[in-house]
Amino acid sequence: MSTSKMKVEGPLTGKVSIRNVTKVYDPDGANVVALEQFSMEVPAGDFIAIVGPSGCGKSTLLNILAGFDTLSQGEVYLDEEPLALVNKPALPGPSRVVVFQQGALFPWKTVLENVTYGLLKQRVMGKSDAEAKAMDLLARSGNLEKIGGLYPNQLSSGMQRRVEILRALINDPKILLLDEPFRAMDTVNKNTMHQHLLKIYQDNPKTIMFITHDLEEALFLADRVIVMTTRPGTLKLDIKVNLPRPRRREMMASKEYLNLRQQTISAVREEAKKAFERGERELA
Amino acid sequence: MPSGKISLADRWIMKFASINWRGLSAVIGFFLVWQLAVIFEFAGFQEIPSPWQVINTFFSDFLFSDKYWVSWFISFKRVLVGFLLAQIMGVPLGLFLGTSPTFYRLVFPVFEMLRPIPPLAWVPLSILFWPTNEGSIIFITFIGAFFIITINIFDGVRSIKKEHVWLARSLGAGNFRIFHKIMLPAVIPAIAVGMTLGIAVTWNVVIAAEMIASDSGLGRLTWEGYVSSTPPVVIVGMISIGFAGYLSTVIVDIFERRMMPWKYKK
Repeated sequence: MSTSKMKVEGPLTGKVSIRNVTKVYDPDGANVVALEQFSMEVPAGDFIAIVGPSGCGKSTLLNILAGFDTLSQGEVYLDEEPLALVNKPALPGPSRVVVFQQGALFPWKTVLENVTYGLLKQRVMGKSDAEAKAMDLLARSGNLEKIGGLYPNQLSSGMQRRVEILRALINDPKILLLDEPFRAMDTVNKNTMHQHLLKIYQDNPKTIMFITHDLEEALFLADRVIVMTTRPGTLKLDIKVNLPRPRRREMMASKEYLNLRQQTISAVREEAKKAFERGERELA
Repeated sequence: MPSGKISLADRWIMKFASINWRGLSAVIGFFLVWQLAVIFEFAGFQEIPSPWQVINTFFSDFLFSDKYWVSWFISFKRVLVGFLLAQIMGVPLGLFLGTSPTFYRLVFPVFEMLRPIPPLAWVPLSILFWPTNEGSIIFITFIGAFFIITINIFDGVRSIKKEHVWLARSLGAGNFRIFHKIMLPAVIPAIAVGMTLGIAVTWNVVIAAEMIASDSGLGRLTWEGYVSSTPPVVIVGMISIGFAGYLSTVIVDIFERRMMPWKYKK
């Protein structure tokens, strides 16, 4: 056994199949190919990190899965059921919740109101049950129940992001889609957030697709790291991260980690360089 | 004595220490220079009353005069009616402009054609159009706030974070819910900005309109002071208008705090 992760018994849901997905944007006739023939299989319960230069179509992919965007070619399946097809794009739903980079907590709602929002809108339970469930979840996530009555702008950005992840998790999504959620944070905060996320994943392993352009972060958190090419986004490298869980910071000095880093870093650099050069060309 | 408590005397000392002494002396200096300028008849000050005269006039002729307080009431009423009409029409219009591209394409050009016309340029037309003076003054007041409010709401709708709408959909909210649970709270800050700017403009406009086209209100009172060569009345009028404007801003501010508790809790 290379991983010590506890898999939950029984059928785990959240298997994603992305098959030959192409996305062409057409602003004013300039065909921009964001994704080209992108395919990948995500087994249920895997933590996948997707790395690539800006504009490589990472967010497009996430938006297609979440139902915020359409696809031009190809298909996406969730647990063998069609999720997004060309003529039938996915609808947004609680099975796939996104946590965004800039944060999207509703500023006019308290933490508790934000977290219970999904449960109440989907009418899965009444207000008092939803609040009890939310308080329980907040309490189990590092004594956050104390901040239930606060508004998001009273919290630090790290706290906001934790609440946001919980707001997604309380709906028990099949996939958690994280779009560079820790991008704007300093290293110390980021490390704390990594620990929180890993704990959440360990307590309740479900499919996570984590977008970042921080390679170290990707290798530290994920079971598998996908490196994407610069636009048009295709799969460049698919690396399995055989580091044991629970992950600890010290592992980043281990031979295995350094080895993985060596393998991936040149691929990422290559694509970043291409993206940069294209940017120069486009500006010229 | 428990360490957390502060005695009343200490409290007064703290208050005393926190007074902006520089600002206070500048205010006193302002009135002093004014008084001296009048006493020594500086150039231009021959006709200007001294602060002392203004205070005397206020206490003898205005404080207990019904006519003075009626002027307050009338101007306030005009501002309130014009402002509320502008809100009632401007907020929905801004929401429609921001949400419906078809409506935007249809209405916005006309809106943009009329928007640059200053409210006071409407005075003559307004007098011709409306059967009563009161109607035309309220109309001009309304015009002053209406465009500002509408354009602010419109901007507010367009700057709603798409992530908020997306998230609400992911979490299970339907179209109607998105509108009143996401769009409305999201534009509340824009409504507040519209209120702040709107109330300031309405006071500007109502005073000018009263001077031109009315026989009542604080603007008229000030103008009459000029026409009847009683300069202290002019200054009583000016100060009253300033105070009325300030009072309205305070009231609007209280409303805004109520509307957006999340903005003011720290």
